Amino acid sequence: MKKSKVFWMYFVAAIIVYAVIQGMITGGQLDQYYSNLLILMSINVILAVSLHLVIGITGQFSIGHAGFLAVGAYISAICTMKFDLPFFAALLVGAIVASVAGLIVGIPSLRLKGDYLAIATLGFAEIIRIIFLNTDYVGGAAGMPINQLTTWTYAFFSLLLTVVVIANFTKSRHGRACVAVREDEIAADAMGINTTYYKVVAFALGSFFAGLAGGLFSHQFFLIQPTQFGFLKSFDILIYVVLGGLGSLSGAIIAAVLLTMVSMYLTDFPETRMIIYSLVLIIVMLYRPSGLMGTKEITDYFKFGKRSKGGNLDDK
Amino acid sequence: MEWVQQLVNGISLGSIYALIALGYTMVYGIIKLINFAHGDVFMIGAFIGFYAISGWGLGFFPALLIAMVACAIFGVLVERIAYKRLRNATRIAALITAIGVSLFIEYGMIFIRGAQPEAYPDVLSNKTFNFFGANISSQSLMILSVSVGLMLILQFIVHKTKIGKAMRAVSHDAEAAKLMGINVDNTISATFAIGSALAGAAGVIFGVYYTKIDPLMGVIPGVKAFVAAVLGGIGIIPGAMVGGMVLGVVETVVSAIGFSLWRDAAAFVILILILIFRPSGIFGKNTREKV
Repeated sequence: MKKSKVFWMYFVAAIIVYAVIQGMITGGQLDQYYSNLLILMSINVILAVSLHLVIGITGQFSIGHAGFLAVGAYISAICTMKFDLPFFAALLVGAIVASVAGLIVGIPSLRLKGDYLAIATLGFAEIIRIIFLNTDYVGGAAGMPINQLTTWTYAFFSLLLTVVVIANFTKSRHGRACVAVREDEIAADAMGINTTYYKVVAFALGSFFAGLAGGLFSHQFFLIQPTQFGFLKSFDILIYVVLGGLGSLSGAIIAAVLLTMVSMYLTDFPETRMIIYSLVLIIVMLYRPSGLMGTKEITDYFKFGKRSKGGNLDDK
Repeated sequence: MEWVQQLVNGISLGSIYALIALGYTMVYGIIKLINFAHGDVFMIGAFIGFYAISGWGLGFFPALLIAMVACAIFGVLVERIAYKRLRNATRIAALITAIGVSLFIEYGMIFIRGAQPEAYPDVLSNKTFNFFGANISSQSLMILSVSVGLMLILQFIVHKTKIGKAMRAVSHDAEAAKLMGINVDNTISATFAIGSALAGAAGVIFGVYYTKIDPLMGVIPGVKAFVAAVLGGIGIIPGAMVGGMVLGVVETVVSAIGFSLWRDAAAFVILILILIFRPSGIFGKNTREKV
């Protein structure tokens, strides 16, 4: 009973946050600049959380997340621009195709470990980008013009869906199996966990939400080009997860929000922004390799003095 | 006889990849780190060579030497500052640091001198030979002979000198090497120095051959050189040479048959195929995982 009560409490809080911001956007207190910032923030949080599932929870080091973002972005753009599907359906189709792409990439490459997996995912992401670059149907290198359809409502509810699904997945028995794979794959295998299955499931689910973010992304910026989905985009997403703490959902969210704001302020100085990003990566890895939050969640800090009666994974 | 010409072009390109791949494979062999910043050391080498040639009016060989020495120092600095503390960190932490260092070098360079490309001055006279009906430029032969010469020197260092013996010992078993009185830190630094010097040389050669350099030029050749290293079997020095040559030839063939836009994809397709079917590479031995 109590757990579902907490869940509904958070849910109501989220709806209130949504309603307040929506009211401020329609009321005109938040201008175009800030509503765009909020939408971009939501997209980045979705990306961060979806990669968190792959790297933080399942421990599979993928640095090709921008590839799935690209699949979602292009497929949903094709749906709205060429087939006149409603935006909602286009988002869904984009996400599903991205998760299929995740399956296709994941099944062969998840046999690899560590560094090799990282390089293979990077390679797949590049291949996806080069395919779009050479497809004239989606405009090739010149890019594809798209109507702006993303609104705060779409962005927020996609974000909510992502966080709820991934948080609940993590707490379920499947999520715990994924954590076991992260901690020690051989031991997990010995305990009867089908490690390949869980790795692929986590990868496909992560790709699904990356594709969802892709749909929002493409309908936010009027034009998508293959160059937007290169190495740098993957590293952008990676840094959210690394900075937030490998294995912390709230850490990934906080890092994505903070870094989106930082990069928004530094849009006029792109190289300064990249220097700051790279220094953050290096310094965090040298002095605090577990990231800002480690594997803790922010809610853990509100539980002082309370003793949970067993069974809570997050309590140490 | 066009294919002979393509073959020579492919091997020239491949020898550049091979020079970069050697640094990857040596560093990976010794500390199991994919040094993502290696492609950027290559870029730094190209720029140092450029300034040496156009600024000080030096010839090709002095510029090559200066670039190699400067890159060796640069590589050791990167290793001492960033990677040394990570010896006992997780592989993922080391990999992320390497990505960070790579981005830092690229954008630091853009910050210092701007992102505009430079045109490399002509230092090697370019004559074209007619060799059994194929037109072969003296430049590509020169590049090929310089690269092969450097690889022979590398083989000599690794197999005939004391530091080479130490490098092989450390890559085999760092703990045991330490017990035998080998200074592991210095050996690792020496590995970085040699690998970076080769990357610097590759940078100058690349500049002379392709005549255009810019601060982000190291990214794609860096990744492709890594593919070459994996193809040959990472950690194995002859593997990197063969892998680089094979990759160069494949890319040239893909461009020659009219798919030049897919050239970059070819390297990644090779990478994925090799990772799936033979992860230890052409020359690698299968190592069994122990629990």
